[in-house]
Amino acid sequence: MIGPKHSTFKRILPQLLILAAALAINLVVFPDFFDIDFRNGRLFGNLIDVLNRAAPVAILCVGMTLVIATRGIDLSVGAVMAIAGATSAAVVVEGHGWVTALLAGLGAGALCGLWNGILVAVLKIQPIVATLVLMVAGRGVAQLITEGKILTFSNEGLIHLGAGVVAGVPTPILIWMALGALVIFVVRRTALGMLIEAIGINERSSRLAGINSRVLLVCVYLVSGLCAALAGVIVAADIKGADANNAGLWLELDAILAVVIGGNSLLGGRFSILASLIGALIIQSVNSVILLSGMPPEFNLVIKALLILAILVIQSPRISYLMYMLRASGPQPQPDTAPLPKTQKEEAQ
Amino acid sequence: MTHDTGPVLHAKGISKFFPGTIALDEVDLRLEPGEVHALLGENGAGKSTLIKCLTGAYQRDNGTIHLDGQEVSPQSTADSQRMGIGTVYQEVNLLPNLTVAENLYLGRQPMRWGLMARRRMNAMARESLAGYGLDIDPAEPLTAYSVAIQQVVAIARAVEMSGKVLILDEPTASLDRDEVQLLFSVIRQLRDRGLAVVFITHFLDQVFEISDRATILRNGRVVGTRVLADVSQKDVVTLMLGRQLESQVHDRKPAKAGETLIEVENLGKRGMLDPLSLALREGEVVGLAGLLGSGRTETANLIFGAVPADQGRILLRGKEIPVSTPREAVKHRFALCPEDRKTEGIVGDLSVRDNIILARQASQGWMRPIPRAEVNEIAERYVKALDIRLASLDMPIRLLSGGNQQKALLARWLATNPDFLILDEPTRGIDVGAHAEIIALIEQLRSDGMALLVASSELEELVAYSTRVIVLRDRKQVRELSGAEITPENIVHAIAEHGTPAEEGAR
Amino acid sequence: MKLRQTLLAGAIAFAPVTAFAADLTIGFSQIGSESGWRAAETTVTKQEAKDRGITLKFADAQQKQENQIKAIRSFVAQGVDAILLAPVVATGWDEVLEEAQDADIPVVLLDRTVDAPDDLYLTAVTSDLVHEGSVAGQWLVDEMDGADCRIVELQGTTGSSPAIDRKTGFEQAIAGHDNLQIVRSQTGDFTRSKGKVVMESFLKAEGGENICALYAHNDDMAVGAIQAIKDAGLNPGDDIKIVAIDAVPDAHLAIANGDMNATIELTPNMAGPALDALEAFLADGTTPPKWIQTESKLFTAADDNQAIYEQKKDLGY
Repeated sequence: MIGPKHSTFKRILPQLLILAAALAINLVVFPDFFDIDFRNGRLFGNLIDVLNRAAPVAILCVGMTLVIATRGIDLSVGAVMAIAGATSAAVVVEGHGWVTALLAGLGAGALCGLWNGILVAVLKIQPIVATLVLMVAGRGVAQLITEGKILTFSNEGLIHLGAGVVAGVPTPILIWMALGALVIFVVRRTALGMLIEAIGINERSSRLAGINSRVLLVCVYLVSGLCAALAGVIVAADIKGADANNAGLWLELDAILAVVIGGNSLLGGRFSILASLIGALIIQSVNSVILLSGMPPEFNLVIKALLILAILVIQSPRISYLMYMLRASGPQPQPDTAPLPKTQKEEAQ
Repeated sequence: MTHDTGPVLHAKGISKFFPGTIALDEVDLRLEPGEVHALLGENGAGKSTLIKCLTGAYQRDNGTIHLDGQEVSPQSTADSQRMGIGTVYQEVNLLPNLTVAENLYLGRQPMRWGLMARRRMNAMARESLAGYGLDIDPAEPLTAYSVAIQQVVAIARAVEMSGKVLILDEPTASLDRDEVQLLFSVIRQLRDRGLAVVFITHFLDQVFEISDRATILRNGRVVGTRVLADVSQKDVVTLMLGRQLESQVHDRKPAKAGETLIEVENLGKRGMLDPLSLALREGEVVGLAGLLGSGRTETANLIFGAVPADQGRILLRGKEIPVSTPREAVKHRFALCPEDRKTEGIVGDLSVRDNIILARQASQGWMRPIPRAEVNEIAERYVKALDIRLASLDMPIRLLSGGNQQKALLARWLATNPDFLILDEPTRGIDVGAHAEIIALIEQLRSDGMALLVASSELEELVAYSTRVIVLRDRKQVRELSGAEITPENIVHAIAEHGTPAEEGAR
Repeated sequence: MKLRQTLLAGAIAFAPVTAFAADLTIGFSQIGSESGWRAAETTVTKQEAKDRGITLKFADAQQKQENQIKAIRSFVAQGVDAILLAPVVATGWDEVLEEAQDADIPVVLLDRTVDAPDDLYLTAVTSDLVHEGSVAGQWLVDEMDGADCRIVELQGTTGSSPAIDRKTGFEQAIAGHDNLQIVRSQTGDFTRSKGKVVMESFLKAEGGENICALYAHNDDMAVGAIQAIKDAGLNPGDDIKIVAIDAVPDAHLAIANGDMNATIELTPNMAGPALDALEAFLADGTTPPKWIQTESKLFTAADDNQAIYEQKKDLGY
């Protein structure tokens, strides 16, 4: 019997190997890549940057993984980031404290998530269309809040969320790791994970088994909205200002990419948040290669596309099957149990 | 049968391995020209795998295939089609929105001046189909015709493209008796033209009616090839199961005087089911009989709340309860094993364990996960009790055979300790062994005091376990039979009373 | 074409010289409010019109050319005296500009030019992007005065004309000064957050102490970079000289705080010169040049940046 620990490791092994490879490329283009020192009261080094800059995508991909597991997608997270950042900024600029601002931002995100969830679960609009509405309109809402300018603030508490350090570690790193751990814990220690997977694989069967798929779907989009809001507040705090035009721009695509690199199927079903988080780190490592290589920016997109393509090709079913066959071809494929009562590979009929 | 030439197809020592299992173990199959050869075995015996190896859908790991004496190695189904092996599946794999003629000639349309010569194509199609005794308009879309005719079109296409071996995988599963006869006459014609026809089905009567020989598989091995004229059905079943089949027909015990559990009063939905009333007592099995489309499945779905009713009410132990969603039904200890296992029953990619625990977990809510040890205990208990055959509880349920999937679904609902269990076609598409076990289980649950409502198209089966039978026709309740009245003849009579005298799926 | 020019000349000859500024009604088709600078341009334009007693009809096109075309047609139908147009794209204007011309309504382009025959509009008021870059470069040349300096550059969005031109101008200005050398150049997409991220990588890749100056194609990226420099334990404006372009309020504030050294103004006041030219043209037919270049003013610590900040911060940046 394979223990749960063992199988988790096996699940994320491909992602860990790709991350190692991406970090190795960083080392090639910049030999001091792994150097970390302590400067100005904070850990200072490229590795810290990768962890820190991965925060927005890492936080987004936690919610996105759950949404995708239900066979959905949330295109609005980038715009929700802008809305939440703008809301928080507007609240501190009004003179309220950072806690109020954070809660206001999260509340705005929750409303956005609720909106998406109702469109998808109650009105049965296809997720890609339903969330497109907010993707397009959301940035406009954020611009209305900031009145089209970068809403700058100087509230130390709020800034701390994005640019501060705790015991030398940049706060965003701690936030995304804590959030990831919390959600993984909740999803796997309750029955939530299994029920979400069931909905993603076969919603009709799940409903007939008595699962409240409607409420669960709304919750999943709500969580995605909350994650997006948290990412939005961090991004705004990082630059001490809410930039409605640019905050979170195209990040929904990076978040989806992180989920895919994490080996999760866009068709829903079995998911691993841990693997998605590693996917986010892989994307940031690729970004780091681009920044450290010193190549002219005209090559940025080409380099990124090539690296991502390589990652996806390595993960493609064909290649995985080849690898599996190569590994299996060593010892003869002996069935590891006594002859089974029946063959299992045949589906019904 | 003529034997002056060698076999059309001779497969020797075919083996196929999957990780952890041997799906086929040194299987031989010899097809003579001009014979109908049945391929028999329980679900999971290796029939589909063998067919997939022959047609190139799978690559065999060992063995040789000779077609007309030439060794062949098809790499894909298109490849095997070119070589002369055509296949027709239960789910007709044609394009429903195209016309009959287009379906017949897709990819090899007669052309004129670079355009499709539609008129000539229709004429060719009409002539070709007339050869099968079909007089239909080939310019109509395929969906204008019944499944049986679509089946014949698929066969005509396969024969025209291939022409040596024709493999029919469960072709009669969704056909009524007349349609089966139509199909059989086509098969006989093809046999007389010298084709070798491979026939796969669960219906033994049909096997004996149409086939000359049969090869029987069990656990991926050939256990025998028999000339059917020389053996009895019982011999074949014994070979398939490797043991004597217990008598399927149980003595019907008189209904116990249990308490009335469920009362359904005038439950209906416009355009779906006319108002229907029924009452169930504890320890009672009520059968729902009727043709396809008579309202059997609709009745089950309305009572379970899978489809909300727009009139009528349901009483549980005398008190009215709302049942507008399955969730509410489950709360009141209702359970439903749906007819369409694949789309409404199993959650394919989840493990067998998760599938078994799903309904119980859903009714407890996500906040209160069932501890892992308890989950394992429940799953193992039912796997043992229902004899679900699997390599591991961790394997995805979609990899199980049909009968084992059905048992796992039963386990899912039994794990919720239901008072009222609705079974919709519990034995459809499953093998003989599992069939008998499920019937025995229904009997046992009944005697334990559960109330069961079972919809089935198999009359003998209904007769075997029902204490009462409700007959439906045209979405209306037309008759209720009880006690000694419950016989296949009476049910057929009730179904046919005013309408067309047709039976469905009766063995 | 010839005929139309003749007609135009005639129209100019008979133009009512009695038009007083106070009577003027001018339509303004603005792109939208995609950036703080754009918002400031709108504010300043409205202010300029108000100061001159001109009635301004304002139309926000929300980034869509068809909205701008609609707005111009509606201005023509209302019989405005002149039209200010900040075009969202360069092409596709010929037809609607001809309609305005046929109605004898002069059009002045603001901030950007169009690909249309230049007789279809009165004049274009824009800044010179290359010149802005060269002012920045020249400031650094003067500031370093021959001392060696390794420069890092934060480019605008790759392929955009401000990014290309501001880079060209800067490189032209420092050409021939071998003490100045651009060692790293990467895009920051004109945004604060990318400016900060890219600066972080510069600081690691080169070592903060080896960077002497930062040239950013806009102030937003410079403001982001300042935070990165502080996080690295260095002193922006001192350890690393910073020059950028746009002169947004936050840049003035940074200069006032000593975090930044210089910024070159991309003035939001395109309307001032445009209205000057229009008033002269409508009053006595004075034909302005086809291109009015706005001033690219350099601001350094020598200016009273705190005061300028206070003055600019409410413009909508």
